[in-house]
Amino acid sequence: MCLAVPGKLVEEQSLGDNRLGIVQFGGIKRSVFLDFVPEAQVGDYVLVHVGFAISRLDDEEARRTYQLLEHIGMLEIEDPAFAGDPGTAESLAAIRTK
Amino acid sequence: MSALTMSCPIPAVARDHVSLGHGSGGKLSAELMREIFLPAFRNETLERLEDQASFSLGTTRVAMTTDSFVVKPLFFRGGDIGSLAVHGTVNDLAMGGALPLYLSTAFIIEEGFPMETLRRIAASLGRAASACGVQVVTGDTKVVDKGSGDGVFINTTGVGVIADGVNLSASGARPGDAVILSGFIGDHGIAILAEREGLEFDSPVESDSAPLHTLVGEMLQTTRAIRCLRDPTRGGVSSSLNEIAGQSRVGIALDEAAIPVREEVRGACEMLGLDPLYVANEGKLLAIVDAAVADELVAAMRRHPLGRDARRIGIVTESDPGWVTLRTLLGTTRIVDMLAGDQLPRIC
Amino acid sequence: MRYIDEYRDPKIAQALVDRIHAQVTKPWVLMEICGGQTHTLMRYGIDELIGEKVELVHGPGCPVCVTPIEIVDKAVEIASRPGVIFVSYGDMLRVPGTRCDLFRVKAEGGDVRIAYSPMEAVKIAQNNPTRQVVFFGIGFETTAPANAMAVWRARELGLTNFSELVSHVLVPPAIRLLLNSPSNRVQGFIAPGHVCTIMGYWEYKALVDEFHVPIVVGGFEPVDLLEAISMLAAQLEEGRAEVENQYARTVSFEGNRAAQRIVEQVFEVADRKWRGIGAIPMSGLRLRPEFAAFDAEKIFDVEAMEAPEPAECISAQVLQGLKKPVDCPAFGTRCSPERPLGAPMVSTEGACAAYYQYRRHAASLVCVQ
Repeated sequence: MCLAVPGKLVEEQSLGDNRLGIVQFGGIKRSVFLDFVPEAQVGDYVLVHVGFAISRLDDEEARRTYQLLEHIGMLEIEDPAFAGDPGTAESLAAIRTK
Repeated sequence: MSALTMSCPIPAVARDHVSLGHGSGGKLSAELMREIFLPAFRNETLERLEDQASFSLGTTRVAMTTDSFVVKPLFFRGGDIGSLAVHGTVNDLAMGGALPLYLSTAFIIEEGFPMETLRRIAASLGRAASACGVQVVTGDTKVVDKGSGDGVFINTTGVGVIADGVNLSASGARPGDAVILSGFIGDHGIAILAEREGLEFDSPVESDSAPLHTLVGEMLQTTRAIRCLRDPTRGGVSSSLNEIAGQSRVGIALDEAAIPVREEVRGACEMLGLDPLYVANEGKLLAIVDAAVADELVAAMRRHPLGRDARRIGIVTESDPGWVTLRTLLGTTRIVDMLAGDQLPRIC
Repeated sequence: MRYIDEYRDPKIAQALVDRIHAQVTKPWVLMEICGGQTHTLMRYGIDELIGEKVELVHGPGCPVCVTPIEIVDKAVEIASRPGVIFVSYGDMLRVPGTRCDLFRVKAEGGDVRIAYSPMEAVKIAQNNPTRQVVFFGIGFETTAPANAMAVWRARELGLTNFSELVSHVLVPPAIRLLLNSPSNRVQGFIAPGHVCTIMGYWEYKALVDEFHVPIVVGGFEPVDLLEAISMLAAQLEEGRAEVENQYARTVSFEGNRAAQRIVEQVFEVADRKWRGIGAIPMSGLRLRPEFAAFDAEKIFDVEAMEAPEPAECISAQVLQGLKKPVDCPAFGTRCSPERPLGAPMVSTEGACAAYYQYRRHAASLVCVQ
């Protein structure tokens, strides 16, 4: 439960007492309420659920753990199941063998 | 602390009213067909359940199809109800390998509808027909009470001619065949949703509404080893492929990494919890072809403006007949089920 | 897309899968409590990847599914009244009540609208001063702040035509109930990352200390869940029982105080019935008395209906992790998303529905297609 999607805060506005922002997800922008993330600034990434930002993503923390994961990933021997460009005869043949 | 009780009341699900889900192109639509219409209209041509009917008049093989357009909003990026009405029917004929020739159009207009808007729609429809080389030769107009319609509904019926030796059918797929998609999916559905929901895009998503008959013409020139063509409209790629898998009694295995989705469409889908495989397209086609000619066909498609991003996305299998499966980004397999009704944006 | 694609990286996922295989020496039963996590696990086949030693079972993590049938019936009743605009999140429209679902109410002429955000309902109320606008405020702790803010804003605007039909549920009491059950098999929990984004994870410490069961706060992408499973496996293999946070990029110990504050101001804790489980004390939220003017249950005098006795639905066992959806004799035949018999088949996030949508071709049962 709780579909919440990360996006970049690109603009701030206000609507009465509510603080609003424009958040960008991939190529699309949406108006989002920022009342729960008073510390978020333009350029930050926030997590959005039902039109509200519910947290500011901690870039440092994400970077740190991600680098760790990437390191683990690089030690892996390449799995032949992932070989080949998608959609080519090789990768499609690989599907068939499963 | 009380123990967990085993109570789960059975809900009642009566099916004595038509709901919006019955028009969405998924399982409920199929149910309506099976339970109401087929039994009432028994005949061999209909029972083939293709997107268009084909029959002979003398020595000429004729294709005929009909479609109704109820899109809201009436005008959207990349088209309007008028051009959509032409492209939708032209495409259904093209999927049968037919050269589209004549259209009829029937308008059902709500009382009070602005004349200027009607003029705009008619002009757009006319322009689209002209660009396709088809003539609108007959039509009908009805006006209904205010509140009975959504502004305007349009039905178009199209007639075309199928050349000799062209035999496309959803029951023609065979194990080993390649599945080809002509380009990016989800554009039309997201463009419409964007207008309705007020979504803003960096580079706005446009409906891909377009007539595919010249692309199909190029494809049939390249090879006759095409088993089946389908345009994945309502219900998306999933519905079309599930129909083919069902009618041909084969499995279809897709590669998730191969399926092309624009960045903006992906963003919208992630945000709303939608799966692009279920989102409508109005200018794309799926082709099931003999694997031996697949690469050649993709190359030919890429030379046409509507096929620039064509690619193979899967294969037809003997295993899992009737099912569409997907190899995920992680290498595991799941099914791509046909939806019951429309996809709904979710919070969960 | 940033913060999404990296966490779907196949190489990293495979590396974590290998690590889990290397770590695990005994069979373990793990449960995740969030429909969104169930969805990811099924969609990417993660249970297949991690092998048989780690069994994943699915808890009552779908607020749509666990909304009591009595509330759905009230929603249907209210939405059917003339002059009412009933606004709801999309997922709730197909949940069947005793008589029908909200979609059917729409088909019969009711003004039922889907909103992506509760603030849209407030706007509808502003634009339609002569109509009564009712918003269906369901969800876990994640959605409570937004639903609370809608009521708060309606009061600020002085609206007299806006109300919420509230049915919020809380996660920790559900975990406590599961752990207290004599038939519990679950040895480790993945706590729902977005609930914890709001609430923090301080609440889980008490559970871990009392029951000596490890809990890891997990995210929603495949790499997040695999990492969380690996962290649980490590704890179990080492005999530890702690609260750990895999989803640290958004979850903190205290959670989001601003969001918690509005929830405290607008809602209060109450007993709640969970569909498929039964009543769990102090497991839900309701509007505070000072917001009675915005409480749809008080405004619309709706008779509580008795829901009929069950027959085939085994959802209580599925939601506890005692049975899998495919173990149910009605799965895929008499019970499907189009004709659900019970809670976990009702929403796309429910365990039965997730299995049905992504996996049932592998089940040995005959399935309706």
